[in-house]
Amino acid sequence: MPVTIRATRLRKSFGPHAVVQDVSFDVPAGETLVLLGPSGCGKTTLLKLLNRLIEPDGGTVEINGRDVREQRPEVLRRGMGYVIQQVGLLPHYTVAENIAVVPRLLGQAPAAIAARTEALLTRLHLPPARYAGQLPAQLSGGQQQRVGLARALAADPPIILLDEPFGALDPITRASIRREFRELEELKTKTVVLVTHDVTEAFELADRIMLLDGGQIQQLGTPRELLFRPANDFVRRFFAAERLALQLRTLTLGDVFQDTTTDASAVSFAANATVHEALETLTAAEASATPFTVAELMAAFGEALQREEAAWKR
Amino acid sequence: METLTALFTFWREQAGKLGEQTVQHIGLTAGSLLLGVLLGVPLGLFLARRPRWAPAVLGVAGVLQTVPSIALLGFLIPLLGIGPKPAIFALFLYSLLPIIRNTFEGIRGVPPAVVEAARGLGLTDGQVLRRVQLPLALPVLMAGIRTATVINVGVATLAAYVAAGGLGEFIFGGIALNNPVMILAGALPAAGLALAFDALLGGVQKLSTRRLGQAGAALLVALPLLGGLYLLPRATGKLLAGFSPEFVGRADGLPGLTKSYGLTHLPSVVLAPALVYEAARHADVDVIDGYSTDGRIRAYGLRVLRDDRRVFPPYFAVPVVRPAILRAHPELGPVLAKLDNQIADSVMTDLNYRADYLHQDPKVIAEAFLRRRGLWAAPRPAVAGAPVVKLGSKIFAEQYILAEMYAALIRGNTDLAVETKTGLGGTTICFEALRSGAIDMYPEYTGTGLLVLLQPRPAVVDSLGGRPAAVLGYVRAEFRRRFGLEWLAPLGFNNTYALLMRGQQARALGIRSVSDLGGYLRQ
Repeated sequence: MPVTIRATRLRKSFGPHAVVQDVSFDVPAGETLVLLGPSGCGKTTLLKLLNRLIEPDGGTVEINGRDVREQRPEVLRRGMGYVIQQVGLLPHYTVAENIAVVPRLLGQAPAAIAARTEALLTRLHLPPARYAGQLPAQLSGGQQQRVGLARALAADPPIILLDEPFGALDPITRASIRREFRELEELKTKTVVLVTHDVTEAFELADRIMLLDGGQIQQLGTPRELLFRPANDFVRRFFAAERLALQLRTLTLGDVFQDTTTDASAVSFAANATVHEALETLTAAEASATPFTVAELMAAFGEALQREEAAWKR
Repeated sequence: METLTALFTFWREQAGKLGEQTVQHIGLTAGSLLLGVLLGVPLGLFLARRPRWAPAVLGVAGVLQTVPSIALLGFLIPLLGIGPKPAIFALFLYSLLPIIRNTFEGIRGVPPAVVEAARGLGLTDGQVLRRVQLPLALPVLMAGIRTATVINVGVATLAAYVAAGGLGEFIFGGIALNNPVMILAGALPAAGLALAFDALLGGVQKLSTRRLGQAGAALLVALPLLGGLYLLPRATGKLLAGFSPEFVGRADGLPGLTKSYGLTHLPSVVLAPALVYEAARHADVDVIDGYSTDGRIRAYGLRVLRDDRRVFPPYFAVPVVRPAILRAHPELGPVLAKLDNQIADSVMTDLNYRADYLHQDPKVIAEAFLRRRGLWAAPRPAVAGAPVVKLGSKIFAEQYILAEMYAALIRGNTDLAVETKTGLGGTTICFEALRSGAIDMYPEYTGTGLLVLLQPRPAVVDSLGGRPAAVLGYVRAEFRRRFGLEWLAPLGFNNTYALLMRGQQARALGIRSVSDLGGYLRQ
């Protein structure tokens, strides 16, 4: 897979405070990379170094092999969707006008923009007939963030940067909008870099996670790698509190039932459904309709855990 | 009710002037506001980008705001002369603070997230400013412009002090003449203008952000147009006159003069009494009103145009005394009489010049004059317990000098002691002091005695016809009858209104009298 984003030895200090220290990483096209870490770990700064909202003290960022400094920053940014926690919709623009900002900057035809806006609003469950003409102040927080997402996607940029996009939402809205986000066809082909401090969110959305602390990469890998093979004490401690919940979200039915006779894929579950998802379904549905019980699942999960840990230790 | 009727009568009579002044007033306000916006908004934007500079810039603008408007005009006149320039500049300075501050605060009040999102989407700095920051700051910015407008409509009344016109002309004329109707005639339209502008801009402020942008653009077009009103061609003539507000308003001032001499074709501007002489000196204007014995006539080389048709009432200086003091000290009368007819207009002008421009002590001036006239006598040694003669004077140099002359004469020629109570303020204070016995005498002017203190019916004034002897005879008789006070013999000079021109110009045009001036203008 060709590399879309390549960061090399990025450094950034604010005054005496080194916020990003010698960070290098690649993001292949189509991957979702989550920048995770405690407050002040440098994850937001790192994100802004990518679209030049902040200029690095040292190091380079390349997009598709081209140094970002070769482009004017605004031109660069028009090719990268950007979503922030506070949404930042232009309060004097309607929903449709907010979504149209970047396409208009790019000089796209009004009819094409209108069609695109309509399609995005529909896909994000905001019926255009009702919402296109409204002002941001008339929308709920969740609706605003959906518009923010639509705005970032409007010009169909290959890269989307998101800075704690769900951070300001209440837990229920947050869970539902996250699900929408995950299931959005638009995003599946895009290279996504998302900043969060929410571990669950990171595990739910990430292809890979970069765990940062003190401006340095503590570990960069798949959720499974971070969980079962922590690179250092910080990584271990960072996930300690939610370890079980994360394991449930990480292991799939395929992992759990690989050696048993139960054929999960034969019935209502896909093999890549997580144990967590299976549990949610089991507790909601009638027991007879499922190929295994909660108890069977948990037992298999326990065995699978032992296998995983043993495998990583070798 | 009566005032109201009088007010409408005044407006009807002065409709042309009222219209002209209103237009000038709007012009001054709009012109200065335009400058304020052109400098204030960019400066506010600069501060929003470099907040480090904000305390310094806002501090300076704030200090400018606290300079009293009259003082500010005073500072500007040496730099910009008189006329619209200092007025517009002063108003511009006053409008700066609200405009800069509100631009700055308005931009700073834009949510940082909106700006960050806009930048993150790929808007250039200029686009962020034009499409995001300015539109969102506009309600606050407009509030600043609104504040500045209301301030400027108020302060623009002072433009009348520097010959820039506006509704202040009526107001200051009214104040000078103690004429409430005239004050209201200017103050009401000025207040109306302020309220109208405030309401208009208040309405604009309530518009949606989108409309507000259009309104802002409309404002930027409207301001130069309104400011341009000021430049409407005004009556022009061969000479330009600059008159103090009082002179323009009172019947025996400009109106009487115009009637008697047919001074048509003499366009005039109004300005502060303190500035008319300067304006003539610097050739900002050619003809001014003044007082015939003012020291500046000599200092600036001005010529007094002879009032050959006697329009200006006679203001001959005459000592007014309590008869009791003359009876108690018979030697006093002849001593006071030594100054009778001793001081001609030009002599008094010269004495005033020494006081006002050479800053000589009035006492020194008085003694030097007496020596020149051979009236000087060294003060006699003080006698313990000698009776005291109390001399009063109003607060200006001419009166101080006269009081010192009398003091020196009394000390040199009698054994009486003298106490001078100079600086008794205006006419009324001196007069009341004399009536109550707080002073025994002070120099008064026949015209003042007639018009200010006696205030006879107009028919009586007309019957006197401005003849000096008749006026003196009337005030003497009336003061004796009504107050028991005595007017002695005139000192010789007539400190009355006068039309003045620069001597050089008057000579070149061969103008010696007001009739000459009228003739020249009609040519």
